[in-house]
Amino acid sequence: MQRLRDLAISDTGFVFDPFSGATYTVNDTARCVLDGLKRGLHRDELVALLADRFETSGEDLSRDLDDLVHSLRLFGLVPGAFEVV
Amino acid sequence: MSRPLYERPVIARHQTGAMNKFSRAASMQPQTHVDGVPVDTLVEAYGSPLFVFSEKTLVARYRELRDAFARRFAKVRVTWSYKTNYLDAICRVFHREGAWAEVVSEFEWEKARHNGVPGERIHLNGPLKTEATLRRVLPEGTLVHIDNFDELALLERLADELNLTPKVALRVNLAVESIPAWGRFGFNLENGQAITAANRIVAGKRLELIGLHCHLGTFILDPASYREQATKLAHLANELRRAHGLVLSFLDIGGGFASHSKLKAQYLPGDQATPSFDRYAAACAEGLAALEYPAGKEPTIVLESGRALVDDAGTLISTVLANKRLADGQRGLVVDAGVNILFTSFWYDHDVVPAQPFGGIAEPTVMYGPLCMNIDVVRDSVMFPPMRTGDRVVFRHVGAYNVTQWMQFITYRPAVLMIGADGRHGIIRKREELETLLASEEVPAWL
Repeated sequence: MQRLRDLAISDTGFVFDPFSGATYTVNDTARCVLDGLKRGLHRDELVALLADRFETSGEDLSRDLDDLVHSLRLFGLVPGAFEVV
Repeated sequence: MSRPLYERPVIARHQTGAMNKFSRAASMQPQTHVDGVPVDTLVEAYGSPLFVFSEKTLVARYRELRDAFARRFAKVRVTWSYKTNYLDAICRVFHREGAWAEVVSEFEWEKARHNGVPGERIHLNGPLKTEATLRRVLPEGTLVHIDNFDELALLERLADELNLTPKVALRVNLAVESIPAWGRFGFNLENGQAITAANRIVAGKRLELIGLHCHLGTFILDPASYREQATKLAHLANELRRAHGLVLSFLDIGGGFASHSKLKAQYLPGDQATPSFDRYAAACAEGLAALEYPAGKEPTIVLESGRALVDDAGTLISTVLANKRLADGQRGLVVDAGVNILFTSFWYDHDVVPAQPFGGIAEPTVMYGPLCMNIDVVRDSVMFPPMRTGDRVVFRHVGAYNVTQWMQFITYRPAVLMIGADGRHGIIRKREELETLLASEEVPAWL
């Protein structure tokens, strides 16, 4: 998880990965999740964080979380076997 | 202070390289209305998916085409290519504007007659002309475009039997530099077949050769191709006049003008790549300057347009069924319109946008239809914003061929709607239901 912790994330959602030099854009909700993952939050805490920060309307936040983590695995930003528990 | 609205969390990697050399901003705007009617209203009233045709656009495209040629030629005839979209309401808009009919089968001929087009205002084209068809259409004065020598012989025999002198045109195929030659229709110009066929018609004295016809191809983006085609047709007409004193009453330059859709292999989008009708007309005029006809005897210029008239007037509204994350990281979006009704997705990158305001980061997205078939991909790669189940998308420039080439498969084909020039809207083809399909089925008595 060191690579995730090393990500530089700007307030506007610009992400720099110093390991690969790759850059990304994240929206506010993904920025919130990345911040939570860096702090080692668990699934229920991440879901609660999203629900607290954003106005939701019945979305499946846990499923959306898995979708984002899938992308993070694909980009190599978290280990291949990483799961949010 | 109110909290920001939740969006599905998205991370999008920045791609480098392969920049657009024209530096065109790729900004996507939602299309919430069709001709002033909200998409939501249409779907609530008529269901999803839903084809919607704009009468305003149909008329505007027709007049733009007619006027572009009328500015350059004394006599112009626009014929509506039935195979592109033969729903009665669509055909009647064009006939009301003055279009003749161009048909390629007896079914289409029947449709044209049903729509009130007199037999002598129909051009019958294509390879599907059976003896029965010809026996039916010749007494009504339909103009037959001859495709091959067998058909020529059949026409001569029927002319004798019916005691008629049918008016015919010769379909010619020829080579131009910029596009692959379509050699399968008509008589080849370069190898002398076309002149042989014309000589035979004249010598036979049973048919009256009144026109030449050439259809170069389809979705031709370079108007210069028409200049070359028109020059060659003009030279052939000159040769026939010199040889036989034949003064043709029309030269048919076919169809093939592009709509504002985008072929898969095309680099620029339709709004940048598609030539105006004016450019096509100017190219034809330059080519036909080679025609050596006496003043006042100029032939009518016949156009057989379909796609270029109707494609931009057609829209398909579809609803998002599901989001998926694919193995390669791309997003999959499943919508309720598949390749069976959006048949043209096999060769176009359709212009598709959300039908409601959206936020969030666009991601590379594959858009799938609802069929349980791997080929059911309606858009194979598009940068698309986050969508929720039940959101709607709008496919634009889909008016040509889809509602004639579509297939009924695993579910019912959707309704087709027209929005009138005055904002009224009404169904022009009903959504299918079980009874529609059962009506043409039989169960043998032993079952």
